[in-house]
Amino acid sequence: MSARDEILGRIRAALRDVPATETPADIAVDRPAPAAASPADVDTFVERVADYRARVVRCTPDELAAHIAAECTGRVLVPADLPTELWPAGAVPDHALPVTELDDVDAVLTTAALGIAETGTIVLDHDPGQGRRAATLVPDRHVCIVRADQVVPDVPSAIAKLDPTRPQTWISGPSATSDIELDRVEGVHGPRNLVVLLLG
Amino acid sequence: MSRTFLGTPAFPEAARSALANTQLRRNLAHATSTIRAKRAAVVGEVAEWERLRRAGAALKDRTLRHLDTYLQQLEESLTRAGATVHWARDAAEANRIVVDVARRHGTDEVVKVKSMVTAEIGLNDALAAAGITAWETDLAELIVQLGDDLPSHILVPAIHRNRSEVREIFLREMGRYGRPAPADLSDVPAELAAAARAHLREKFLRSRVAVSGANFAVAETGTLAVVESEGNGRMCLTLPEVLISVVGIEKLVPTWADLEVFLQLLPRSSTGERMNPYTSLWTGVTPGDGPQEVHVVLLDNGRTQVLADEVGRQALRCIRCSACLNVCPVYERTGGHSYGSVYPGPIGAILTPMLRGVGADAQVDSLPYASSLCGACFEVCPVRIDIPEVLVHLRAEVVDSHRGHPSAQNAAMAAAAWTLGDARRTSVAERVACAVGKLLRRTRRRAPGGRATLGALPGPAARWADARDVPIPAPESFRAWWARTDGGRTEQQ
Amino acid sequence: MAVGLLVTCLNDVLYPETGKAVVTLLRRLGVEVTFPAGQTCCGQPMVNTGYLDEAVPLVRRHVEAFAGCEAIVVPSGSCAGSVRHQHRIVARRSGDPGLVRAVEESPPVYELSEYLVDVLGVVDVGAYFPHRVTYHPTCHSLRMLGVGDRPLALLRAVRGLTLCELPAAQECCGFGGTFAVKNPDTSVAMGADKARHVRESGAEVLVAGDNSCLTHIGGLLSRQRAGVRVMHIAEVLAATETPAALADPAAEVAR
Repeated sequence: MSARDEILGRIRAALRDVPATETPADIAVDRPAPAAASPADVDTFVERVADYRARVVRCTPDELAAHIAAECTGRVLVPADLPTELWPAGAVPDHALPVTELDDVDAVLTTAALGIAETGTIVLDHDPGQGRRAATLVPDRHVCIVRADQVVPDVPSAIAKLDPTRPQTWISGPSATSDIELDRVEGVHGPRNLVVLLLG
Repeated sequence: MSRTFLGTPAFPEAARSALANTQLRRNLAHATSTIRAKRAAVVGEVAEWERLRRAGAALKDRTLRHLDTYLQQLEESLTRAGATVHWARDAAEANRIVVDVARRHGTDEVVKVKSMVTAEIGLNDALAAAGITAWETDLAELIVQLGDDLPSHILVPAIHRNRSEVREIFLREMGRYGRPAPADLSDVPAELAAAARAHLREKFLRSRVAVSGANFAVAETGTLAVVESEGNGRMCLTLPEVLISVVGIEKLVPTWADLEVFLQLLPRSSTGERMNPYTSLWTGVTPGDGPQEVHVVLLDNGRTQVLADEVGRQALRCIRCSACLNVCPVYERTGGHSYGSVYPGPIGAILTPMLRGVGADAQVDSLPYASSLCGACFEVCPVRIDIPEVLVHLRAEVVDSHRGHPSAQNAAMAAAAWTLGDARRTSVAERVACAVGKLLRRTRRRAPGGRATLGALPGPAARWADARDVPIPAPESFRAWWARTDGGRTEQQ
Repeated sequence: MAVGLLVTCLNDVLYPETGKAVVTLLRRLGVEVTFPAGQTCCGQPMVNTGYLDEAVPLVRRHVEAFAGCEAIVVPSGSCAGSVRHQHRIVARRSGDPGLVRAVEESPPVYELSEYLVDVLGVVDVGAYFPHRVTYHPTCHSLRMLGVGDRPLALLRAVRGLTLCELPAAQECCGFGGTFAVKNPDTSVAMGADKARHVRESGAEVLVAGDNSCLTHIGGLLSRQRAGVRVMHIAEVLAATETPAALADPAAEVAR
């Protein structure tokens, strides 16, 4: 018998007490509904991102270019499909660069899929403008542009908007560890600096 | 370079040595009190926490009661998304599958994301036997691996080490396996983390095969989730060409939407954060992004045995947050190694005996008794596993497996049950105790408040009297007093 | 009203003063108390050690003894928890449908503070106790029964009593029934921390709702010559300005 059939057989034997007529829907799940969106969400988002010791800069569309220039110095990786008007001086477009070259840039600039206010999280689903997963991982500084209208109140609202077939990276602050005496330290393998440019 | 839990003595003896380790006691008390306070603060922020917990428990129950259906659905969705699905009845079969994939790619090393399940099956040893080195990349796992140590906590396997011990391990060992630690390394946690970053970076950038576990596997979509903090997980899940994820069959959730409940419960319960720094979600293979060869090994290794236990089944709801360890007064004092298993603490005390079976091994049989049944674990469990209930249930299984064998405990319990099974016999026993009490009370030392106490006692009673004064039975039992005075109504003033 | 007092096996032989205090207190509040003579032990020590078969005759004895009572009052959180939660498990295990039914039909059981606050609706029971007191919430009263701050509310209403805060109050003292004997070193390590917190509280009397835990903590404090005595909450609540008929204030208050 294959391992698959044997395991499934063991499971069925183990669940003999479950009535044959029971369906998954018979087990009621009562969960809190997603919160309604509120104008305060953006403020909460800003406050909670900052709580993780990420830098948050709020700006208008007119100010964006100046802030990009200020935050993105040196050699800055950009997804090749990031709108070119956002490219800083010294932009290095990511045409499937080998990882060792990703390790050589100073920063990476991307957009995001959405932001979650309650948890101060930015979510990348690696659509155009957000780069492949390695691009926002290997460089030591990640500058991420989030539009105010992309901020949702909570985790259930985010899950409802996201497409599970896309790879996703949920980011809450810079890389961190609490592995030594449960003392939180920012900056391990992922970018040690996270800057969120909140637009609008 | 790998030690095992084999040969750990039964819990009371293992605990005795751990309790004498003052450094360990201090490290654990500090770490667990820190995390307890963090958890309490972020859980307190969520108005509907109790409702979320109930939702988490119900979703896991739904999955477990229909696990065969959901596993087949997961297999289908994964296959559709370009992943290869393997099934493993036990540790040996899972290890063989991973070794075979790694060998096929001709590699002599893999990078690993911290995962409980690969520790459970002893994957690193199996890989080593095949000439393949497994690099642990989680900071705490790295500390354990470099220190030739054993994990002692689900979330923070090196919780028993403090900063100066970590510094010493890094200085001594890193150079033997790659980039050495800077010679002037201090014991500041940020510097230690930086040393780990530098040491592991070359391994991340060159490794072609990675091994992970998964926190969740979504049956509906074939999406796997890894929840982490450092970015070592992202490195392993993203940079290598081949990714092998070993997933216990209890890790399933039915739908994508169900993740919303667990992504709220887990970080707050685990690291005491609103959200952990990084969560990676991937569904099979994404062309041009990340590993182009994705394997998922679905592992039983005793889980179906747990599933068959109607009371114990709830242990399979566990999402490995470790909140129960952090609040457990026993764990806080004895540490994780005393449990002799990769799953320590309250959850380990129920999971290990069920995965391995009771009645065969004195160490395993001692685990359900490694608890004062204080209930703090149940109170914090994000999926409402009634750990005390399962502990008591497993104690009964242990006792039942030893019925018919003469033992002091069996005899004592039988005698107590016989005496207390009848009020008349109870009353006779009480009269004897009170008479002895009367005899003794004149000569014995007084406790604060004036009560006479017994001194040192012989035999098994010494375990109590070694550290505690023992009150002498009252001169007259309540029962005798009630009968004599008609419930106090005829008592002389 | 006629309530049955489940005095508990431990109190019966070691701490009859606690039982007498419950009688004094309830009578003072106008409650008629009976002591069903058929009672012995709720069976918790057997159940918690894994001896379910051995607990069957005890559960049978319990339901027979208390049949016909309006309610059961017990000065112990853990015995109340055992009757409330474990008796049905034991009855099911016995395979005797009569016992299962008898357990289901058994009168409601209340830990003393639950009975006072929830059933009688009193917080001020007219007690007087001019001492510095700290309160240890025992695990089973706190987490299994959920008595919350009922005992504290009762203590705050006692005239003359100064309530001292107990650091890390909600942490287990390490008694745990047979745990204390099967894992003596861990039990004492936990108890040592509890005793340290009690000393730090600055109290002269440690009060709790379970004499089992107090035997453990009090035994440690006594061995340390700590100068803190332990008392069941019933005895504090029974105390008044005039020494009660049933109380013997000179002795037998320490565990």
